[in-house]
Amino acid sequence: MTAYTAVVTVRLKTGVLDPEAETTQRALERLDFAVEDLRRADRFELDLDAESADAAAERADAMAERLLANPTIHDYEVEVRER
Amino acid sequence: MTVAVVRFGGSNCDRDAARALSHLDIEVDIVWHEDGLPADVDGVVLPGGFSYGDYLRAGAMAARSPIVDEVRSVAADGVPVLGVCNGAQIGSESGLTPGAFTTNDSARFRCEHVHLRVERADTPWTAAYERGDVIRLPIAHGEGRFELDDDRLTRLETEDRVLFRYCDETGEPTPAANPNGSKHNVAGVLGERETVAVLMPHPERATLPDLGHTDGAGVLRGFEAATS
Repeated sequence: MTAYTAVVTVRLKTGVLDPEAETTQRALERLDFAVEDLRRADRFELDLDAESADAAAERADAMAERLLANPTIHDYEVEVRER
Repeated sequence: MTVAVVRFGGSNCDRDAARALSHLDIEVDIVWHEDGLPADVDGVVLPGGFSYGDYLRAGAMAARSPIVDEVRSVAADGVPVLGVCNGAQIGSESGLTPGAFTTNDSARFRCEHVHLRVERADTPWTAAYERGDVIRLPIAHGEGRFELDDDRLTRLETEDRVLFRYCDETGEPTPAANPNGSKHNVAGVLGERETVAVLMPHPERATLPDLGHTDGAGVLRGFEAATS
């Protein structure tokens, strides 16, 4: 078994309105920063032991599918690195 | 018949729902989620509130708790299930009903009265109304914007599974009457069976005459209509 960290990044699908991102962008603009667009994502770091990087990615993928993301509005990606 | 109101940590409309149902002479039991559903349950309310502090996403944690597996199973047997507000978010997060309820377009919590157009009168939840009726119910939510991709929303509408839309006083579903940016002004939808429904507005807060108006009573009477 090898120790891995799987990083799951969950973001809204293209075209789904993100009022929090819009509000954050407006706040940055109020601070005099020029921002063309702002996108926001949730990042989960999962420490786990697995037989291989693929096996770790598969488990993280299942976690995203079952809980971390809502497939109706979210896309997600999984990255795995040894820890 | 006995309707179970499922209480999660953070539910706060469980007693309102129980009181409103009792007022309609419907027997009701508030059930702590860890205790599971009673064996002879005749109906289930997923009440409003902030279950699990809205962690991750509103309704996400409660939707994956063991009692929701039981709710899914009785719902498949035809037991009526109604999700209100946080209960609607739990319903969509659990796949009991389609779509997602997410952050209001204003990014603000909205607490006010809205008008709703009854889109179907041939379901237990709307048997007390006529199609096209305009009713007035309170809302109180920060994450009530109905989201669904265009293809699936079209299919949902073709299957006639939209129960209520936000509208103005005359029944027009205008953008100005939409309190949260919901797609196509959708305020409530049906599950695969019409005995399963969720909505963001609160019928239990518009059932007791002391509260001034009773437009929501018809929705709660759905439990009688579904089992008669």
